[in-house]
Amino acid sequence: MKLKQLEGLVGDLQQFSNPKVELEQYPTGPHIASRMLFTAENSFGDVSNKVVADFGCGCGTLGAAAALLGAEHVIGIDVDSQALEIASLNAEDLELDIDYIQCDIRNLVWKGQAVDTIVMNPPFGTRKRGADMDFLFNALKVASEAVYSLHKTSTRDHVRRAALRDFNASGAEVLCELRYDVPQLYKFHKKKEVDIAVDLWRFVPKK
Amino acid sequence: MRLLTHNMLSSNIKGVTNGFPLRIEVEKVVEKQVDLNPDFLRSMFSKIDWKALVHAARSIGYSELPDEADPSMLDSDDFLRRFHHALLQLHLEEGALICPETGRRFPVNKGIPNMLLHEDEV
Repeated sequence: MKLKQLEGLVGDLQQFSNPKVELEQYPTGPHIASRMLFTAENSFGDVSNKVVADFGCGCGTLGAAAALLGAEHVIGIDVDSQALEIASLNAEDLELDIDYIQCDIRNLVWKGQAVDTIVMNPPFGTRKRGADMDFLFNALKVASEAVYSLHKTSTRDHVRRAALRDFNASGAEVLCELRYDVPQLYKFHKKKEVDIAVDLWRFVPKK
Repeated sequence: MRLLTHNMLSSNIKGVTNGFPLRIEVEKVVEKQVDLNPDFLRSMFSKIDWKALVHAARSIGYSELPDEADPSMLDSDDFLRRFHHALLQLHLEEGALICPETGRRFPVNKGIPNMLLHEDEV
């Protein structure tokens, strides 16, 4: 599948109708989602024929993109039942077979390194400090091959240090810097739309 | 929820040491066809807990898996078909997952298990 095609398909997905600020629910835009999964597949072979989990899947954009690129089994996990409902409908619309689990990522217990690849757009931790690091910590515990994640560029050094020193990663690489447009979703947003710089990371867990 | 997901999931209640495998309580099972991918099945075989899969499949009404399995069986098309069916085509749509240690019930609605914990379980 071509990048443009993938971007078009995930661009049609339904997004949050009532986003919850405490969960930092922001949709993962089609531009970022398609590039993230396309890179994972075409540069590293981490998607097709693999077991892929989408941590904090929200409306399921990243997991859907993984399934479209040939992941054999996709699991989306989110704490919010409304988001999962939308994610299920999105998967149905695209005729994708995706499993969803309602769970707080911090309390997820899996048997060993059960999944090959984890993709995630974690809460950036602006409302709740360290939320993105909780996601990363847990992702590196259960992934066997790779973790793809987005973090604010301003936190780059901190993310690298934590991943390599504390979180069981043997590799941590910024693949590219992207612009994340945050639409005016919440009342406290004063500007119509802001652009923040985010890094697309690829982490490799220790075996 | 496919049995492959079930095969990865453990009870997540604080203090539980033997949370795997979760018992299955069935109200409704659905079957969804997917293409058989022999390479995927061969690579999954070493990662899954066979006993838990056999048990889970039985509890949702599929008893065509042998009690014991070894990698040599992956050469048999018949074995691959059964393994594929149990692992990827059967979905627990309605029912519950039960923590083997505490008996706590995690409901499954529309195929989605609710693993949210109460405050005193975290």
